[in-house]
Amino acid sequence: MALQDKYRQLIDTAQSSGVQNLQVREQDEVLYIDGEAPSGAVKDELWNIYGQIDPNFLSGDVVMNINVATAAPGSRVKVVTEKSNLNIRKGPGTDQPIVGKAAHHEIITLVSKSNDQWWLVRTDDGEEGYAYAQYLAPVE
Amino acid sequence: MKRTRSRLLYSIVFAAFAALSLFSCKPKIKDADIEAKIQANTALSHIAATVKEGVVTLSGEAKDEADKASAEAAVKTIEGVKQVVNNLTIAPPPPPPPVLISGDDQLNKGIADALKDFPTVKATAKDSIISVTGETSAANWKKIKIALDGLRPKKVDAKGLKIK
Repeated sequence: MALQDKYRQLIDTAQSSGVQNLQVREQDEVLYIDGEAPSGAVKDELWNIYGQIDPNFLSGDVVMNINVATAAPGSRVKVVTEKSNLNIRKGPGTDQPIVGKAAHHEIITLVSKSNDQWWLVRTDDGEEGYAYAQYLAPVE
Repeated sequence: MKRTRSRLLYSIVFAAFAALSLFSCKPKIKDADIEAKIQANTALSHIAATVKEGVVTLSGEAKDEADKASAEAAVKTIEGVKQVVNNLTIAPPPPPPPVLISGDDQLNKGIADALKDFPTVKATAKDSIISVTGETSAANWKKIKIALDGLRPKKVDAKGLKIK
């Protein structure tokens, strides 16, 4: 329970900010926090609090996996790369050939989620393939 | 003479009481009838009940507080129940499902995808623990850490990472 005390503020915020299916489990001295945030802002806030309690995430005692509920199949997502285009690939993996590109800040359609990392997307030009989910943010 | 009169008085008093009790009391509901009605209620099938002179004692495990209250309310509506002694306990919540942890092959594939845009950082998974080395900025490391945690590792060990 010591870890739950250390990360109390993080757990409390997750509970009070409407994270669905929230699971907080302690196992072998690692705290696992899973859930679905109601918005990207809530996810960002949780990561900020985590970073305040454990600067630069160097303790290695938390694995936090928070998805954003609004990123549902059929919704619109924005390409949030640093500045480059986002590769659209034939399959889910960087070993897969590139079949298209979405521009930085372009808004495209999330077709389905292959897994948490790779989402099937379609651009408005009709290019369809898999893109790395971390570079896609739901348009809220 | 005196004895005859008192005997007559006794019989009159007795008859009066008998009549009174006959008319004033409703037909008595047997405990067994109450018990049968509780048993017939499928919503109460997980609960044990004993009935004694119209007093129902509930025992066993209710699913939660609402279940405990609704069981009591349901029993109270049964005709003939004078009182309910609610000795139901609340079942402890089910243990959380075990943490899902990915295997090394899946983690290493995920690591390759996550680090593609961060060539100065290296990471490998062994026994589901991701060890990170190299150097990068704090902002980039945050992005990497979010991506790595999403792969469901057992732990992310970044002791070997230098933050610029």
